[in-house]
Amino acid sequence: MANKGGAGLLDRIRASRRLTTIIGAALPVGWVTALLFLPYLFLFAHSFFRLKNGQLTHELTLENYGRLFGTPLYPSTILFSAGIALRVTLASLLLSYPLAYLLAFKVKKHRNLLYMAVIIPLWVSYLVRAYAWKIILGQEGILNGFLQAIGIIDQPLAFLLYSKWAVMLALVHIYTPFTLMPIYAGLESIAPALKEASQDLYASRWRTFWHVVLPLSLPGVIAGCTFAFVLSMGDFIAPVLLGGNDSALMVSNLVVSLFGVAYNWPLGAAVSVVMLGMTLILLTLARKVEDRMNYAGQDGGKAVGRLDGKAVGGTGAGAGMGRGGLRA
Amino acid sequence: MSPILQLRTVTKRFGAFVAVDALDLDVQPGEFLTLLGASGSGKTTTLRMIAGFEHPTSGEILMDGTPLTGLPPFKRDLNTVFQQYALFPHMSVRDNVGYGLRMRGVSGGELTKRVTEALDLVQLGHLEGRAPRQLSGGQQQRVALARALVNRPRVLLLDEPLGALDLKLRKEMQLELRHLNRQLGITFVYVTHDQEEALTMSDRIALMQNGRIAQLDPPATMYAQPGTRYVADFLGENNLLKATTARRVSSTAVRLVVGGVNVDATPAAEWREGADSWLAVRPEFLRPVLPGETISHRVEVTARDVVFAGSLIRLHAMLDDGQAVMLQWPAGETPPVEGSRFGITWPAERGVCLGE
Repeated sequence: MANKGGAGLLDRIRASRRLTTIIGAALPVGWVTALLFLPYLFLFAHSFFRLKNGQLTHELTLENYGRLFGTPLYPSTILFSAGIALRVTLASLLLSYPLAYLLAFKVKKHRNLLYMAVIIPLWVSYLVRAYAWKIILGQEGILNGFLQAIGIIDQPLAFLLYSKWAVMLALVHIYTPFTLMPIYAGLESIAPALKEASQDLYASRWRTFWHVVLPLSLPGVIAGCTFAFVLSMGDFIAPVLLGGNDSALMVSNLVVSLFGVAYNWPLGAAVSVVMLGMTLILLTLARKVEDRMNYAGQDGGKAVGRLDGKAVGGTGAGAGMGRGGLRA
Repeated sequence: MSPILQLRTVTKRFGAFVAVDALDLDVQPGEFLTLLGASGSGKTTTLRMIAGFEHPTSGEILMDGTPLTGLPPFKRDLNTVFQQYALFPHMSVRDNVGYGLRMRGVSGGELTKRVTEALDLVQLGHLEGRAPRQLSGGQQQRVALARALVNRPRVLLLDEPLGALDLKLRKEMQLELRHLNRQLGITFVYVTHDQEEALTMSDRIALMQNGRIAQLDPPATMYAQPGTRYVADFLGENNLLKATTARRVSSTAVRLVVGGVNVDATPAAEWREGADSWLAVRPEFLRPVLPGETISHRVEVTARDVVFAGSLIRLHAMLDDGQAVMLQWPAGETPPVEGSRFGITWPAERGVCLGE
C-alpha cells in the first residue's frame, strides 16, 4: 500500500512537472506565434489581396508586386532608403570603430564610465532623441542661436533642419551605439598576447593593427554594420520629424502612407514583404560571413559581438516595417 | 665569451609594488637559462622587459653590449614563445609560422623554404594548412615554437610554454626543447615555476624571490648547495631542521646541535656564526642505521607514517624535539612499524648549514 501510495505521489509530481514544462513552453511559443508569426502571416497574405474600387477583397492576385516593380517610385524609394542607410552605417562605423578601439585598448581608468556614456542614450526614448535634434537644428534652435550669438550668421539657417542630412545625422546618433557595442565586444576579446606576439614578430603597431587586430574585429564590425543598416533602413520616425519634404522618400514612410492616407493595404503589404525579404537575405549573408570568421580563441566576445543575438537585428527590422505596416 | 644579454640593476615598479628589484644578470651565448620562482617573484616581468613589452623603471638591459632601452619589441632581435601560445586564430599554421619573416620582407621561395624547414623541425609539416583551433595543445605549442625559431633569433624567450600541457607531453617537450637549444645554438631564457622542469633542462637556474635572484647556479650545484633556506625549500624535497649552537670547526665544516645531537655540516656561503641556523638534508641522503652498526653521526627518530610511492617508500618520522623528517626507505627492506624508534644517519658533508 505504502509502496503504491509512494508511486502515486511520484506520478503526480511527474505529471505536475510535465504540466510546468508544457506551460513554460506554451507561453513563449504562444507569444511569438500571436505577436510575431501571425502578423507576418497576415502581412504576407495581404500582399496578395486585390483592391477593388477602394475596397479590400480576398481575391488573390500578383498585381501588387507588379505595380511595385513596375512603378519607378517604389524601387527608387527602396534604393534611396538603402542609400541613406548605407551612409548612416558608414558614418556610424567611422565614429564607433575608433571609439571602440580607444575603449578596448587605450582607456584603462574610466572605461566602464565611458562605455556607459555611449550606451545610456539607448535608455532614452527614441522620440526624445529625435526631437532633441529638432531643438538643436531648428530655426529657433540651439545651433542657430549659437551661430547668431557669436556673429557668424545674421539670419538663422533654414537648411539645417528638414533635410535628408538632418535625418542622417539623427540616425547616426541613434544607431551608433548599435555598431559600437559589437565592435567593442569583438576588440575586447582579442587576447593582449596576440598583439604582443605580432610585435614580437617584427610588426610595428600599425602593421599589428592591420594584420591582427582588424581581421579579428571584423565579425563585430559586420554585426554592428548589419544592425545600423537594417535599423536605419526601416526607420520612419526620424524622416517624419526631421526630413521635411524629403520625409516621404524613406520606404517605411511610404508604407505608412500606403496603409494610412492611401488606404492601399495590399500594396503596403507587398512593399513590406519585399523589405522583409531584403532584410532576411542581408542577415543571412552577414551570418554566413561571420561564421567563416568564427575563430577559436575568441570565444569570449564573439558571442556578444555576433549576430547570434540576431533577434535584435531581426526584430528591429521587422519592428521598423511592422510598425509601418501594422499601425495604419 | 662576452654575455649576449646583460641586465644591470634593473628595477621595475608597478605603483608601490616592486616587481623586479635591482636585478643583475648576465646570460651567456647559447646557454639554457631558467628564471625559476613562485608567482609574483618577478620572473615573468623580467622576461617581458627583455622582450620589450615592459620597460624598466631604472637600470638597463643590453644585448651584445648595446642598450635595448627604448627599443620597441618589433625592433629587438629576439623572439618569444608565449604561455598560451598566442597563435593568430585567423591564419593557417603556415601563415602563423611565416608571419615574422613576412614582416621582415622575406617572400617567395625563400619564405616557403624557411617555413617548411621550421615546420619540419617541429615535425608539423603535414599540418601546415590547418587553423590553430584544429590542433591539439601540444601541436599548438610546436607551432608557436616554429613561429619563433623560423626567424633564427639570437635569443629565444619562453614564458612557461609547457604549463598547459599534460605531464607526459611536458616531459617529451622538455627533452625536445633542450635538444633544440643544443642543436640550433640559440640562447634560451626560460621562465617557469616548475622546479623539476628547471632542473631537467637548464644549464643555469636563476631562482627568483621577491624580485631578486636568490641564487644563480647550475642545477646540480643549486640542488646540492642551496645558499639560503628559501632555495633549499623551493628546489626539490628537503628536510629543514632547526639547529642550535652552530659553530665553525673547519673551513668546510660547522658543528651544530639537532635534536639534542651534535652533527657536522657544510656551511652555506651566507651562513654566519652566531645567527640562527638550519640544517638542510635531502631525503635521499638519509638512511636508517643498520642493526649492529656503530656510528656516532646519528639522530634517533620515531616512525610516524609509511607512504608507499611506487618505486620507493617514503617514511615520515619525528625527532625527539618534535621536528619532522622525511626519508626514503631502501627498496626491498621492511619499513619500521609506526611508533617504533630507530636511528638515522647521513654523510656529514651532505648536510648544509643555512642561516635564517
